[in-house]
Amino acid sequence: MRGEAQRTALAAAWLSLACVLAMAADTASLDEVLGLLAKRRHGHVTFTEVHTLAILDRPLESSGELFYEAPDRLEKRTLRPKPETLLLEHGVLTARRGHRTWVLSLQEFPQVVPFIESIRATLAGDANALERFFTLGFSGSVDGWSLTLVPSDSTIARTVKEIRIEGGRADVHTVRITQTDGDASVLTIGPEVDR
Amino acid sequence: MMPVTAREPRALFGTLTWALLAVLAAVIVTHATYTADLSAFLPRRASATQQLLIEQLRSGPAVHLIMAEISGGDARSRARLSAELAVLLRGDGAFASVDNGDAAQLARDEQFLFRHRYLLSPQVTPQHFTVAGLQHSISDSLDMLASPEGTLVKPLLVHDPTGEMPAIVEALGAGRAPRSASGVWTSPDGERALLLAQTRAAGSDTDAQQTACETLRRDFATARARLPAAERAGLALEMSGPPVFAVDSRAMIKGEVLRLSAVSATLIVTLLLTVYRSAAALALSLVPVASGALAGVAAVALGFHAVHGITLGFGITLIGEAVDYSIYLFIQSAADFGRAVWPTLRLGVLTSICGFAALLPSTFPGLEQLGVYSITGLIAAALVTRFVLPHWLPRTLAIRSLGPLGGRLAHAVERLRAARTVLLVVPLLAAVVLYLHRGTLWSRELATLSAIPAADEKLDERIRADSGAPDMRYFAVVSATDREAALEAAQESAARLAPLVDEGVIGGFESPALYLPPLAVQRARQRSLPPVTELATRLEAALEGLPLSAARLQPFLLDVEEARTAPLLTTADLEGTSFAPAAQALLIGGHTGWSALLPVSTSGGDELSASAVARVRAALAGAAGLNAQLLDVKGEADRLYAGYLHEAVALGVAGLGVIVALLLLTLRSAARVARVMAPLVLAVLAVAALLALFGRPLTILHVVGMLLIVAVGSNYALFFDRSSAEPERGSLPLTLASLLVANLATVIAFGVLASSSVPLLADLGSTVAAGTLLALLFAAALSHRGLA
Repeated sequence: MRGEAQRTALAAAWLSLACVLAMAADTASLDEVLGLLAKRRHGHVTFTEVHTLAILDRPLESSGELFYEAPDRLEKRTLRPKPETLLLEHGVLTARRGHRTWVLSLQEFPQVVPFIESIRATLAGDANALERFFTLGFSGSVDGWSLTLVPSDSTIARTVKEIRIEGGRADVHTVRITQTDGDASVLTIGPEVDR
Repeated sequence: MMPVTAREPRALFGTLTWALLAVLAAVIVTHATYTADLSAFLPRRASATQQLLIEQLRSGPAVHLIMAEISGGDARSRARLSAELAVLLRGDGAFASVDNGDAAQLARDEQFLFRHRYLLSPQVTPQHFTVAGLQHSISDSLDMLASPEGTLVKPLLVHDPTGEMPAIVEALGAGRAPRSASGVWTSPDGERALLLAQTRAAGSDTDAQQTACETLRRDFATARARLPAAERAGLALEMSGPPVFAVDSRAMIKGEVLRLSAVSATLIVTLLLTVYRSAAALALSLVPVASGALAGVAAVALGFHAVHGITLGFGITLIGEAVDYSIYLFIQSAADFGRAVWPTLRLGVLTSICGFAALLPSTFPGLEQLGVYSITGLIAAALVTRFVLPHWLPRTLAIRSLGPLGGRLAHAVERLRAARTVLLVVPLLAAVVLYLHRGTLWSRELATLSAIPAADEKLDERIRADSGAPDMRYFAVVSATDREAALEAAQESAARLAPLVDEGVIGGFESPALYLPPLAVQRARQRSLPPVTELATRLEAALEGLPLSAARLQPFLLDVEEARTAPLLTTADLEGTSFAPAAQALLIGGHTGWSALLPVSTSGGDELSASAVARVRAALAGAAGLNAQLLDVKGEADRLYAGYLHEAVALGVAGLGVIVALLLLTLRSAARVARVMAPLVLAVLAVAALLALFGRPLTILHVVGMLLIVAVGSNYALFFDRSSAEPERGSLPLTLASLLVANLATVIAFGVLASSSVPLLADLGSTVAAGTLLALLFAAALSHRGLA
């Protein structure tokens, strides 16, 4: 009896030590990845995006180019099927489609944050901005990582269930946003566009 | 109390008349109404061309707005306090509306817009509901669905696939509302919670505005006390806006008038006691002043519906001149007053009256009161000095002999005379300074007269910027016979202004027709909605090729069908939304018709450029039957003020002309008139140059001050003239002593005024204190050789 209890305790101790070590390793890798991302001052890439919405009969597909200037300017220029420009600058989102322009501040509409600020903050390696709204989870290695953002802010949690960002070193490959109602979008980032 | 010794029937008659009039005046004065509402004195918001509009703007949207900010603590406690405060204020009758951007308010606004979206949306036309129109708008909505803002429109899609809500919000102007944090409005940096309250009372009802301000402060304290003790620390309230300014400036003027009167009275009493060394003489010397002040206030009370606090402030000026009369009486020659002093004093009083009479035709409301007050006051003071006071002087009245002082003064005058050629430099220097500062010599802005301290102006600017509240400077004003026609005209004007917004000529505009469209427009929109079966068929065709099936859009079909027969939107539907006070503020009814105000904002900066103003005017002028114009409130007010300023200068010059004519008639010698006028003109020039040198642009009050320099200074110049022309009348040393004491009293009275924090009073004080001192020096220096 006593020996078994000892063994169980020992196993538990080993297990928790392993957990702590694993978490430390994860934190170290997360910090390293964010550090690598933060070093990147600008980027210009192509993207394709697929939205799957329950209300629609088939997914919506679009493609275009992304422009990023560290730390807080992100422009998403959709070329197909219809031209549209989204510009996130200093926390203000400007959307241009057709003759119409929308301006909204993220501070005022936190619901919009996960759909664009998550990408911007990841690209900027901005741990503070990410942690303000999300609980971060990290897996994989620096060369092939996966970052999971689960909303900690109640307003955001109402619409978004989880955001999963995958990449390798300082490159982001995909951003998958899953909403609470099951709707989802996958943004796939292509190679750097030559200037 | 007074040592009345009626030595002859005439004296008894004079005393009785004085007593009777004094009682009468006292009765009038105690029954008069007093106001300190600066806007009554200064037409801050005024239009020379549209008198009607002055009234409208006085009670219009701008004057009721109290902007409050809560600072300190953390964002959550500020938000809780703001919410609590809003609840308290909404329960108070003093406020027409209280907005702090709380969720309940936003929900009410959104619900109103959503429920009436087919009557409100500018894109509702027959074409909008054709197959092509539906396809286009639904396709746009789907684009939006796939964007970051998609999350905002997704819940509405099945009800509003044609995007009426985004269209309405766009038309209303998305940047209109302040930023929000923790569920309430905040400054852009999130550091201060923001609350806007519209008071219910008229803008000119300062008492009611004061009650509203006090209620707000009290409710803030109550709301703060309800927070947990740990959260309360550091939370503070700041307020601004026209009601706050009106209340504060009234309190300030009241305080200033009391404080300054007390200070200058104390100083002058001390001066006179030092000079006379006789309490009886002091008491008697105050009789003309008190009589004059009483008569002046009574005359203003009779002539105007209310006596302004500022007019009472000018009463100090009367102390300055009226106390001179008794000084001349006591110092120069009590026994021989009627023969030796009175003729000269009488001429001096007449000269002053001519100066002040020039103010009477003024259209500037305050100057008229000042003119009536001064003329009546001076006449009363002079008559009391001549016909009442001499009979009251006890035989035993002994004041200190001022002969020795006079003797020393005579020597000083001699030395001044020796240096008189230096005076030639004065006009030359003054001319050079005035020429160099010719561009900035005159103040062009009415606001320079405002009693609002610079710190409060700064606070106001900050809160205004935080709230994004339009500065209410530019309005498109449309007038029509009734409310409905005014709304139609507003709709028409909006259509003409819209292209200018797209071009960036103007930043944007608001219109009551955006949330309360004219009935004709609502009817047309309603008629654009197809019957449900027809709409269902078209929808089916429109969705061809789109990833959305018609079956999902049943709520849309039902909503449109309901909207086709729904009653049209009226003011009653606005109740409870933030559009209700806005509509009330921007739609103004009067007995001559209705006006709609469309606040126009600039595309950046404070001012519309001249070309932008021209473009807006051209756009508004184009339509037949549309009575619309662009009003620049600040520009109009400044133009009005510039008009007053020109008028004051013209009247001042006219007054000077009358004074010269009067002197020519009385003295019958051009040389003597020139000698009397020269020091006065030089003093005015020198003061104008000094003000320019110190960078003080001349306001209307400086002009009044210069008139006072001439009025008071003419007494000095006339006594010097008498001493040289008729040396047998009066003793020179005593005359000089009396002039010095009189001048000291004037400089004290106006010097105290110059220390006022009310710019109106300070401008007047500094001008007259410096000017009268210079006038005495110049008059002495230019006095005739035969003097000594």
